[in-house]
Amino acid sequence: MLPMVRLRETLRVFLGAFVLLLGACSSATSEQQTIRFWAMGREGEVVAQLLPEFERNNPGVHVQVQQIPWTAAHEKLLTAFAAGALPDLCQLGNTWVPELAALDALTDLEAHVAASRVVDPKDYFPGIWDTNVVEGRLRGIPWYVDTRVLFYRTDLLRKAGFGKPPSSWEEWERALAAVKKVAGPYAILLPLNEFEPLLALGLQQQEPMLSEDGRRAKFSSPGFRRALDFYARMFRNGWAPAMSDAAISNVWTEFGRGYFSFYMSGPWNIEEFKRRLPPEHQRDWMTAPLPGPNGPGASTAGGSSLVIFRSSQHAQAAWRLIEYLSEPAVQVRFHALSANLPPRRTPWRDEQLAGDIYAKAFREQLERVRPAPKIPEWERIVTEMQLTAEQVVVGGADIEEATRALDRRVDAILEKRRWMLDRKKSP
Amino acid sequence: MRLQIAAWGFIAPALLVIGVFFFLPVLAGVALSLTDFDIYALADLHNLRFVGLDNYLHLLRTPLFWQALGNTLYFVAVGVPLSIGLSLGAALLLHAKVARFKPFFRTALFAPVVTTLVAVAVVWRYLFQTRYGMVNYALGQIGINPLDWLGDPHLAMPTIILLAVWKNFGYNMMIFLANLQAVPEEVYEAARIDGATTFQQLLYVTLPMLKPTLILVGILTTAGYFQLFAEPYVMTQGGPLRSTVSVLYFMYEEGFKWWNLGTASTAAVLLFGLMLAVTWVLMRASKRGVDA
Repeated sequence: MLPMVRLRETLRVFLGAFVLLLGACSSATSEQQTIRFWAMGREGEVVAQLLPEFERNNPGVHVQVQQIPWTAAHEKLLTAFAAGALPDLCQLGNTWVPELAALDALTDLEAHVAASRVVDPKDYFPGIWDTNVVEGRLRGIPWYVDTRVLFYRTDLLRKAGFGKPPSSWEEWERALAAVKKVAGPYAILLPLNEFEPLLALGLQQQEPMLSEDGRRAKFSSPGFRRALDFYARMFRNGWAPAMSDAAISNVWTEFGRGYFSFYMSGPWNIEEFKRRLPPEHQRDWMTAPLPGPNGPGASTAGGSSLVIFRSSQHAQAAWRLIEYLSEPAVQVRFHALSANLPPRRTPWRDEQLAGDIYAKAFREQLERVRPAPKIPEWERIVTEMQLTAEQVVVGGADIEEATRALDRRVDAILEKRRWMLDRKKSP
Repeated sequence: MRLQIAAWGFIAPALLVIGVFFFLPVLAGVALSLTDFDIYALADLHNLRFVGLDNYLHLLRTPLFWQALGNTLYFVAVGVPLSIGLSLGAALLLHAKVARFKPFFRTALFAPVVTTLVAVAVVWRYLFQTRYGMVNYALGQIGINPLDWLGDPHLAMPTIILLAVWKNFGYNMMIFLANLQAVPEEVYEAARIDGATTFQQLLYVTLPMLKPTLILVGILTTAGYFQLFAEPYVMTQGGPLRSTVSVLYFMYEEGFKWWNLGTASTAAVLLFGLMLAVTWVLMRASKRGVDA
């Protein structure tokens, strides 16, 4: 008798649960929406920890994160575009924004921002915000920033007679020459396979590297030539080794040994330096904003933005997620999780960031970052630029001839762009 | 007649598959090479221009393409003889009667073929590291200054050749070994009775017996080496100073990095033509040898 009762009761519970489940399902199909979110590399791992709170505050919205390795991301985005399989929301390296804007794949965010109480353009660092404005239209919201500053050895610099880091090119050159005498064999590491150092020096010039509308190359202008000359001089004077970073097996060990005393690098290296530099040298390093031709100079405006694809059916919900991820408090948490630096000023006032002595140089530099030309061809152009630098540094090519040849190659790359611009003008 | 229909029926599925998955893409590739398909064309097909042979003319005027072609030919010209020579040498050693521990050496020499290139590349990058690499350490022991193996434009390609040869010679070695074992002992006996030295036996008995295999291995290896890609991709990314950019690597960059599918297809068609010509010459040369 007893088992029978139990069985019946169990059945009833099951049935009840089943009915409830059915009810839940039917209501879910009408209200539940799923936002597909592609995030790259490490950010893809980290962002998942921020999402439960968003989903709690936005019942009915489920975020599905797909993590994509950086090396495969570009290819995957373009094939997804061709196949019509883009997600709703995506993290995009900000140099890719112009390319996807050219594909007309990105939603215009101007109206969203105007109505938003969270995303305030005036709070963002202007150079970073600007990377998302392509042909006058806002295509993305900065998520985190990346720029290049100087990492340097305080002890070796002091030994060479410099109490503070250089702030102009002239001071920098004197510091490099002096520090090579007391340590070495080198003074600075500028990996030949990285274009960012030279790009930063080029961005410090008055003349742009491309003409206004991106039709013609202007690398042979005096401004860029001065930058390239300065760059090449650091190698010619024996201050920088003509090596790629693959040839330096371990940057941190070598920095600890004083193989070089300056290193131009990005924010991720703060954590790496803390972790990998030998303990006895932990008090001997600092970061400093980039010196410019006359006083503190500009640097690159890298980083990632959040974009909504035009094909998205859930643009409103996706925008709410962008707003959530842009909230200063969430950005502070994101920084704690990923060490990425926030693109707006408010989160920097949080003690976690304001108290970080190594992040200070970045904070200062961020007020002086400049976007590279915003055209889809830029990544290819910058590769050609670095190749020219390699020809000058390793191959000993003449700077004037090399920059003219670079102009010719870049003009050829821009041929299609000119054709399209001309056609747009005369329909 | 009915037999013929039946025959067509039997090969139809295979033909269909080859047609759809091979001939059609090849034709599409050739067609693509006559256009300037790029990122803008992907956005809007109105941005696609039919350019006829312009891509070909443009490519033939691109210094980097010639450099890539030169690098590839350098790789083939040095790598193929080296690889075949090494395979043959190793096979002969393994086949020799005095050789000991044959199964062990056979496995050891074949091991590189079955290991993953990416894993191998990591190890090789350590070995050839300028300051702490084992190779430079060994050279230092005999008084040679350290060389920047992967950073010097003149040394990077030889290093890549070393890697490719080491990685691949085991495969050909196995083919040679199988063939050597099939050479009847009587032929050698007859040669010995005629008074042939060991070297003469190699020259007049072994090599002629191996000739068909040599031709086959030669053609396959040449075709394979023309398609150099993975080694520079994992070791040097085409650098330093583009000294390890191969035609295939150039094509990959044009197509999948810069999305200039028109130019990439053009490079593919040119490489196809070149490989066809080289293979044809090899076949002709070997045929003439057989007739003589």
